[in-house]
Amino acid sequence: MAMYNVKCDVAIIGGGPAGLAAAIAAKEEGAEKVLIIERDNALGGILQQCIHPGFGLSRFKEELTGPEYYGRFVDRAKELNVEYMLNSMVLQVNHETNEIVATSSQYGLTQVQEGSIVLAMGCREKTRASIAVPGTRPAGLYTAGSAQRLVNRQNIMVGKKVVILGSGDIGMIMARRMSLEGAKVVMVVELMDYLAGLTRNRVQCLDDFGIPLKLAHTITKIEGDTRVTGVWVAPVNEKKQPIAEKAEFVECDTVLFSVGLMPENELTRKAGIAINPITNGPAVNQYMQTSAPSVFACGNVVHVNDLVDNVSEESARAGKYAARYAMGKLNAEQKTVTCVTGRNVRYLCPQTVDAAEEDGKVSIYFRVLQPELNVKLIARCGDEIIYSHKEYRVNPGEMNHVNVETAKLAGDITVEVVKED
Amino acid sequence: MKKEIICTVCPRGCHIMVEGDGEKVLSADGYSCKRGLEYANTEYAHPVRILTTTVKIAGVPNDLLPVRSNQPVPKEKLFDCMDVIRTTAVKLPVKRYDVIVPNICGTGVDIVATKTVEA
Repeated sequence: MAMYNVKCDVAIIGGGPAGLAAAIAAKEEGAEKVLIIERDNALGGILQQCIHPGFGLSRFKEELTGPEYYGRFVDRAKELNVEYMLNSMVLQVNHETNEIVATSSQYGLTQVQEGSIVLAMGCREKTRASIAVPGTRPAGLYTAGSAQRLVNRQNIMVGKKVVILGSGDIGMIMARRMSLEGAKVVMVVELMDYLAGLTRNRVQCLDDFGIPLKLAHTITKIEGDTRVTGVWVAPVNEKKQPIAEKAEFVECDTVLFSVGLMPENELTRKAGIAINPITNGPAVNQYMQTSAPSVFACGNVVHVNDLVDNVSEESARAGKYAARYAMGKLNAEQKTVTCVTGRNVRYLCPQTVDAAEEDGKVSIYFRVLQPELNVKLIARCGDEIIYSHKEYRVNPGEMNHVNVETAKLAGDITVEVVKED
Repeated sequence: MKKEIICTVCPRGCHIMVEGDGEKVLSADGYSCKRGLEYANTEYAHPVRILTTTVKIAGVPNDLLPVRSNQPVPKEKLFDCMDVIRTTAVKLPVKRYDVIVPNICGTGVDIVATKTVEA
């Protein structure tokens, strides 16, 4: 079959914030031809619908909206002549031959031959089906992000009286958005006994609009025939099981699900690249290099971040090392040590570190299992503490990190959160 | 009067206890940086918010232009501003930071585009 053929040094799958930052860094590192393959009709990814502020505080020291944030990256990418194919969906990645097969509405079936690959596909929302909420299947059920796209990009209002399940950031931001657009947000229901998203979103999106937050509650049933008529909301016990006799009926015409995000790794799995079972993303080292040496990964496809600033930083590293790999300049003789989760640490990223990197300074990012106050974040090799930092508060919704130097790595690194008295 | 304010300047979310008399702040406790202290003082006396929303594009029914206030607006004026923005439609092309609604609701704040859209 005749296929459209493209050659490049670094091929990047996904034109959201991760792909854009990787592309820019790859160019700046010296890669000649960098190609972004994007399935949407424009660059920018999910930030196109994130019209709210809160982006860029750590990177640009100012508070930008999603479109302003990605706009700066698109401007820079165009300045550097980063090439991109829109409306193009990657079907297959082959890391042995360094070939990508994509289908493009402009070129048809397309084969891309490259020196290295950056996976930057981002993540997808969990749905009602992922958490198996009982009840009927009427109109009016949306994931918070799909409602956000409809309202913010397509001028389609999704409902008038809304219950939101899950206190993740997108859910809370949609609570404010729906309120501003004239809908009544009845309540936000959260299974855990703590907030899933950022505190500032609780203040600005719920408290500002007088929207009640029901912690340790869940939706036990959805009612409605053609359209949602309401949901049953019940408190949960310590085992997170709903207490059925305390369930109350809450009238609404719309339910938004903000119940978590999953890295989108169909391509990665099909390519036979190792996936970390906790993050559901590819396991990487500090170069953001996956188990396939020519394939790098960054952003929410690796682990779901809470701040895009972190995504940009990590993706710039992926782009830089992908460019070096394509130019034959990446350290081939690696001395791999493993990052091990210790007390109150759910996962670590990167999962391994190449200790042979000269003067390497590596930040290992992690999330805690439980909220805690007055703690120390510690990294150690065996009994030797190589990093220690006091933190007043840790929370599963906010990522933490430890910094280590490759010169000090005698073996595997354990990261733990230790309670201070 | 005492008021607990959760700082929203950064993701850290410090809980700041502010004590004041009317609109005058007497003391603040629990902040970790200068910006946090400024935030707590403003939030105690005159809470303000950045307003972000969308405006219609004339002749293009299925697309919207994202906009923001170039300065924070008083919290109690958010819905008045929305009423004005709801009746606005822009003509393309629009450049990022073009003023879409000047001096909205007499606040001295402009509503500006956050995205460039070609005609």
